[in-house]
Amino acid sequence: MNKIWLIFKREYITRVRNKTFLLSTFLLPIVMILFIFGSAYFAMSSKDGLKRIAVVNDPGMFRSNLKSDSSRMLFEFTTNVDSSNFDSKGYDAVLNLNNDSAAKKFTIHSKKQLGMDGKQLIENRLDRALEKNELQKKGIHKEILDSISKESMGAYTIENRLTSEKGKSEEVNAAVNYGVGFGSGILIYITMFIFGAMVMRGVMEEKTNRIAEVMVSSVKPFQLMMGKILGIAAVGLTQLLLWVILIMILSSVAGAFLPTEVIQQAGEANKSMPGGMGGNSAMAMKILDIQKDISSINWALIISCFIFYFLGGYLFYASLFAAIGSVINEDPQEAQSLMLPITMPIVFAFIIMTSNLNTPDSKIMVWASMIPFTSPIVMMGRIPSGVPGWQLAVSMILLIAGFIFTTWLAGKIYRTGILMYGKKATWKEMFKWAFRKS
Amino acid sequence: MNILELQNLKKYFATQKAVDDISFSIEHGSIFGLLGPNGAGKTTLLRMITGIFYPDSGQIILNGKKYDPVNDVGYIGYMPEERGLYKKMKIGEQALYLAQLKGLSKADATLKIKEWFVKFEMQSWWNKKVEDLSKGMSQKLQFVTTVLHEPKLIILDEPFSGLDPVNANLIKDEIFNLAKKGSTIIFSTHRMEQVEEICDHIVLVNKGVKILDGTVKDVKNKYKENIYQLGASTIAENLMTHIFEVIRHQPNQLLIKLQHGSTTNDVLKYFINQEIEIHSFNEVLPSLNDIFIKLVEGTPGARQFQPVN
Repeated sequence: MNKIWLIFKREYITRVRNKTFLLSTFLLPIVMILFIFGSAYFAMSSKDGLKRIAVVNDPGMFRSNLKSDSSRMLFEFTTNVDSSNFDSKGYDAVLNLNNDSAAKKFTIHSKKQLGMDGKQLIENRLDRALEKNELQKKGIHKEILDSISKESMGAYTIENRLTSEKGKSEEVNAAVNYGVGFGSGILIYITMFIFGAMVMRGVMEEKTNRIAEVMVSSVKPFQLMMGKILGIAAVGLTQLLLWVILIMILSSVAGAFLPTEVIQQAGEANKSMPGGMGGNSAMAMKILDIQKDISSINWALIISCFIFYFLGGYLFYASLFAAIGSVINEDPQEAQSLMLPITMPIVFAFIIMTSNLNTPDSKIMVWASMIPFTSPIVMMGRIPSGVPGWQLAVSMILLIAGFIFTTWLAGKIYRTGILMYGKKATWKEMFKWAFRKS
Repeated sequence: MNILELQNLKKYFATQKAVDDISFSIEHGSIFGLLGPNGAGKTTLLRMITGIFYPDSGQIILNGKKYDPVNDVGYIGYMPEERGLYKKMKIGEQALYLAQLKGLSKADATLKIKEWFVKFEMQSWWNKKVEDLSKGMSQKLQFVTTVLHEPKLIILDEPFSGLDPVNANLIKDEIFNLAKKGSTIIFSTHRMEQVEEICDHIVLVNKGVKILDGTVKDVKNKYKENIYQLGASTIAENLMTHIFEVIRHQPNQLLIKLQHGSTTNDVLKYFINQEIEIHSFNEVLPSLNDIFIKLVEGTPGARQFQPVN
């Protein structure tokens, strides 16, 4: 035990003192914050232009009911504008509503692409205009229609309350849950790769430096492996903690500089993104929502689960990474092909998590959050939306059993691999090392 | 008293009988040479002694008790043939770390490292990194880390490879010093002139089996071929005899081999009777190099793979 502690200490101290560690710890949050707020800022400023759209509509059926959106689109009915001269007349686009109505298709000519939400907005306005037209035809007066829409548009918002097992209703904010789940799942995914690869490189270094033989003449190979794995886990926790602290400080600093509207806008934009396009936007959303309703989330549960799944997932895979590191020689290509079976389930878990996060209680999510190969990432995605206690318990117990098993297995491969030079071990040989009796 | 006894050690790998029933014992305080051609099984044998490998069968007795790799770690210092140090670590910290892993306290280890660094004139190295060292310098550091915890049994695999003569002598003197202080040294090499100079007792292994075991003197006597060097001025006519056979003839010197049944006195009498003046007369013992080559020769240069039963 004392020896594992010595090895642990060395691994931790040499890594934490390393320049790359310091750089990545302090630069990453800065880059991330800059990226989030930068993209939020640019997303905002690219929308600033109120688009002037020329509308050609000869019978004039839309003329009375097509309403402009005061902040985004201004519809102007004209006659002498067409697709060749709209730009020179100062319009951003020209919308032709004279098409054959049987085809149910209109065209809009523009210099820049309209984008998803721009197109949606126009379609939405056209629908509304048509609806009003029809209602007017049925004899409802324009004044009545206007007062109806004034009363009904945006009058209510929906608040989703979940009835938990205790019978207490809790307010849920699906977007916040989504964001927090997505963010923590992605964080586990990234850190698993970073620190797993760190373990593997550390083992490879020991092997190629030939220090392994010196070491195993004074400590057991298993102690050497465990010391390294635990040391790097501590490095990982340190780094995560520093990141959290730094991101909190920086985001509050950056938030003070940016007007709240900008952040709000960025948040809105992200909510409409299908499937959450990337970690950064999810993070932007997370930051926004933390500011908005921090109280709606059980942070104690999430943070403690995050630490558990970070450590559990890391321990589950780190020993496998160590075993891989022990069987390869200097050639990085060997590492790639041997790593594939280990990285596959991690990537797979990530895909399951991202593509099914909208339905956190679906069958695939429940199963994937139990099986230790995928549970750290998938379960973290589910937790903010609420997970039954028994599922969490089963998942945790399986993960603990899983990492004890992988560590035991990897320890046996490691013991033989670390002293083998020259030939690259095959899967068959590794299997034999792992399951032979000692 | 024997510090180490190996009894019928066997270690088979998938394609090799790496060590096949080897037994020998090493006396307390001696300098022991483990010799053998490349691939003879020396490293496997040493790895079993250091507890890195477990023997398939057989026993290792250390100080009269069954060897326990976990608890006897502080007892043994092992310098493997493939040197290894953490390249990015500072030299002082590296030595401290390895010493602590052997069970020394930090204060104790620091004191001893400083002592050794003074002895090897390495005081200014403490804060340098291992990667800044030349091969010879890191070799010295490796030696220091091996013997720092004052092991009773020191195992050195090719300790002089890559060292210049000055540093080789420095290490050699330290090896003698350590032996004088009561440490036992196992010394594995294929440089025979060093063995002759340093070792008391040798064992020669080839293809996983022991083929020679004894003190350097005994081994040489066992393989002597009754060859003598004689300083005298002779011409060819003087040498027509059945007492000896001339191997090399120079005007002032003769190399002769006694024929079966003759003694050295017969030779002397023969020359005295011819009134030829003898300046010198001494026996030429075979060098270990010759014995080594003679014993190992005939076996293929590289060890072939062989089925295990």
